[in-house]
Parts: sequence; C-alpha cells; structure tokens
Amino acid sequence: MNVTRGFTGRPRAHNTGLPPGQYDAGDDWPVLAAEVTPDLAPADWTFGIDGLVAEPRTWDWEQAHALPASAYEGDIHCVTSWSKFGVRFGGVSLDAFLDTVRPDATATHAVAYSHTGYTTNLPLADLTGGRAWIVWEYDGKPLPAEHGGPARLIVPHLYFWKSAKWIAGLRILDHDEPGFWEQNGYHARGNPWEEQRYSGD
Amino acid sequence: MTETFVPPTAFAVPGRIAVNNRAAATWQTATLTEIRRETPHAATFRFAVPQWTGHLPGQHLMLRLTAEDGYVAQRHYSIASPPGDAGHIELTLDHVEGGEVSGWFHTVARPGDSVEVRGPLSGFFAWPGDRPALLIGAGSGVVPLMSMLRHHRARALDVPLRLLVSARSPEELIYAREYGAETMLVFTRGAPHGVPVGRMAAVHVAPLLAEQPRGGWEAYVCGSNGFAEHASRLLVEAGQPVDRIRIERFG
Ligand SMILES: Cc1cc2nc3c(=O)[nH]c(=O)nc-3n(C[C@H](O)[C@H](O)[C@H](O)COP(=O)(O)OP(=O)(O)OC[C@H]3O[C@@H](n4cnc5c(N)ncnc54)[C@H](O)[C@@H]3O)c2cc1C
Repeated sequence: MNVTRGFTGRPRAHNTGLPPGQYDAGDDWPVLAAEVTPDLAPADWTFGIDGLVAEPRTWDWEQAHALPASAYEGDIHCVTSWSKFGVRFGGVSLDAFLDTVRPDATATHAVAYSHTGYTTNLPLADLTGGRAWIVWEYDGKPLPAEHGGPARLIVPHLYFWKSAKWIAGLRILDHDEPGFWEQNGYHARGNPWEEQRYSGD
Repeated sequence: MTETFVPPTAFAVPGRIAVNNRAAATWQTATLTEIRRETPHAATFRFAVPQWTGHLPGQHLMLRLTAEDGYVAQRHYSIASPPGDAGHIELTLDHVEGGEVSGWFHTVARPGDSVEVRGPLSGFFAWPGDRPALLIGAGSGVVPLMSMLRHHRARALDVPLRLLVSARSPEELIYAREYGAETMLVFTRGAPHGVPVGRMAAVHVAPLLAEQPRGGWEAYVCGSNGFAEHASRLLVEAGQPVDRIRIERFG
C-alpha cells in the first residue's frame, strides 16, 4: 500500500454498497458523454435488433411502450468513480425485446449503438435474465436528454458506459467486438465489483 | 461475421488514437517536484514520472491517493504539459470546495510527496497536431487545451489552431500569461476596463467558423457539463458538424 502523506479522505460511513474505488455522488448525477447531446424527439426515436436473430425488428416509441412495463430500482456505478444509490428507472426489460427477435443459438455478444453513433459491446448473458432495460423514465419523469433521453439502455451491474445513451439498437454477434470506449482503452466487460476499468485490469 | 460493425449513424470516429493498454493498466509513482500558483483557486502541480510512456495533447490520467486505513480516492485529471516534457507531467487543479482530492493538493501537498497515476487514458479527446483545431474551454477546462497549444508552439506546427477561453474574471484566468494572438478571451463576471462582460455567444464562435481552414475544424470542447452543453450547441448552430466535435466533461 502506497500511503499518501497527510491524506485521510473525507469522513465516511461504512458503506458496503460501494464497489472498490467508488464514491457516493449523493444527489449529483454527473454527465459524461463525449458527444453533442442530440435533439431527439420521442417521435423520431426507434430501437432495433438485428444480426444473428430469427426475426430482426425495429420498434418505434409507441410500439416499445406497448411492451410490458418493467422498472429498475437500485444502484449505478460510473467508471469515473462515482456511484449513485437507489435510482429508479422505468421502461421495458430487454428480455421482452430479445424474446421477439429470438437470437440464434450461436449468438454470444451484442454491440449496442446509439442514435449518435456511439457503440459499446456486451456479452449476451449480461443483457438477458432481467439484467438490462430500455428506459425512458427517471424517478417517474421523462429521462432528461443529457442523461440519454428519450431512451437509453441500462445494464446496472456493469460500469455505466455500457448503458448506452440515446439507444438506437443492438447488433447480435457470435463474437466479441470492442465498442467506442473499449477501443479507447477501457475494459471489455466493466464489472465494477472487480474494478474492470481499463483493458488489462 | 468478422467485419467490424459500423453503426448506421454518424460519430466522431476520425483520428481515434490507439491507447497503450499496459500503461493504462499500470499504477506508477509520481513525485511532486514543484507547485506553481495559477490563480487564487488553481495551481499547477509538476511531477517526475520516470516511467511515463508519453501522451498526446488532450489526454487525461487517473490519479489516486491512499489513506493510512487503506481508503482510496481516485479522480481523473487532464494533462497540462505537452508530450515533449520527457519524464515529467503537469496537472492543474481547481480547488473544489470540500473536495477530497483537490483539497489535499491545495492544502497538504508539498514537493517530495508522491501519489499514484495511471495513463494516459482515452484516445478520443486527443489532438496529435495533425488537423486544424478549434479549442473551446472554460475554467479548468483549459487544461487539456493548453497541452495542445504548448505542443503546437513547441513543434512550431503550422496547422491552424484557435482557442476560445471563458473565465469568470482576469484573476481567475488560468495560464493568463501564455495566451497569444490565437486566443480570444471571454469574461463572464468581471473584465478589464473596456472589455465587455458576458457569456460566450454566437458572436465569438461565428467568425471562427466563417474562416474555415482547409479540411475544416476539429472542435474540442472542455469544461463543466453546463459549459460543454452551451458551447457545443453554439458550435452546432454555427454550422460545425456534430461528428467533428469532441467533448470532455469534468462532471
Ligand atoms: C476526464 C476528466 C478530466 C478532468 N480534468 C481536470 C483538471 O484538469 N483539473 C481539475 O481541476 N479537475 C479536473 N477534473 C475534475 C476532477 O476529476 C475532480 O472531479 C475534481 O478535482 C474534484 O475532485 P475532489 O476530490 O476535489 O472533489 P470531490 O470530493 O469529488 O467533491 C466534489 C464536490 O462534491 C461534493 N461532495 C462529493 N462527495 C461528497 C460527500 N460524500 N460529502 C459531501 N460533499 C461531497 C464536494 O463538496 C464538492 O463540491 C476532470 C474530470 C474528468 C472526468
């Protein structure tokens, strides 16, 4: 351990919900995006799944809202070190979308991409089984544009760069393919509990 | 299916820089050698990092401090120094009120202290000096832009570079002595006699976009999220393509 002279840190409550290296952002919700916040109306938003699936499909705003509602209530963790406890997102479980398109038996991964062209890769296993959502509500209100509104992906058990804002679609693949930040030195999977921040972690 | 998937939408993909994965994953000791005051709220911290593998102007690093009980605080900081400064890097930190890491730097740190760093990180907000650069920053958002300006000068590059800097007042202007003819200053709270006070606006951005260099500008915007939203909107309204705007938000 490399102790920093005179550094004590802020007085802190013992917080077991905090993954290693993270701090509690409290009421703050920092915005981290490398691109211009798009001006995307719900009427112009679509979400599609293609690639290795039986039936590729694209949903518009109303069709997506017709799927069974599902909420996530819990914590989120950003690779830039903040975590946020007890957040509430409303939308639809990704399972509902995937059940419709039926991924092939050979499918192992997905690339999620946004309406801005941002990409991020995920093992399919991280997107199924009630672990990922397409959401349009935050705390009971429409998701703000700077946080990915009108709709974003959330995969709360991974670092938040995996939760692509302004989600446009998933391409289902039989191999892993690094997305935008992964090509820029970030970890392929991004599990906060194992501190998978940068490639090589 | 071996081809790389390209989404059917535009994004700022040109000029992604390969990141050295090993450097990004390895913590190194950085020894503080010098502290220079920039403004009442900001200071530059110079470190010796003998194993530093180099960086590109605009990149950042992760820095961590460790308390005796094992508690660790880590934060991102942009690199202020140009790549040519071998074995050394400089960071410029704002003193954030109540800030855990910037507070330690501003009230405890002294030459001889050591901290840990890993990086450089991100090949996105990086400018190798290869294309016309339009840089817009506010507050400590000028830090990565100064690395670019210093690089441009040190190498006597002739590719166009322009800088728009917003500060609250002349006293709060970081690197005040280093700006030259390439820079336009905007003061939001207090300005020297005869200089208008106000937010960065279309009048500042439009002339720069009117004089398009060959190949067009690559725009780099850095600062708080509020500033990044405002400045990137001005750029888009003035006609800058969205896929040629790179944004670094300090949170
Ligand atoms: C890519 C990137 C590059 C950056 N580059 C720079 C740079 O070049 N220069 C620079 O100055 N900054 C930079 N930043 C910002 C930097 O990472 C830090 O966020 C900043 O220094 C504040 O950290 P801190 O530990 O001092 O403050 P923190 O302790 O994180 O506090 C920040 C604010 O939140 C409040 N706060 C947070 N947690 C608590 C709590 N538990 N209890 C009470 N209050 C709390 C504090 O009071 C304070 O107002 C960069 C950020 C990014 C993402």
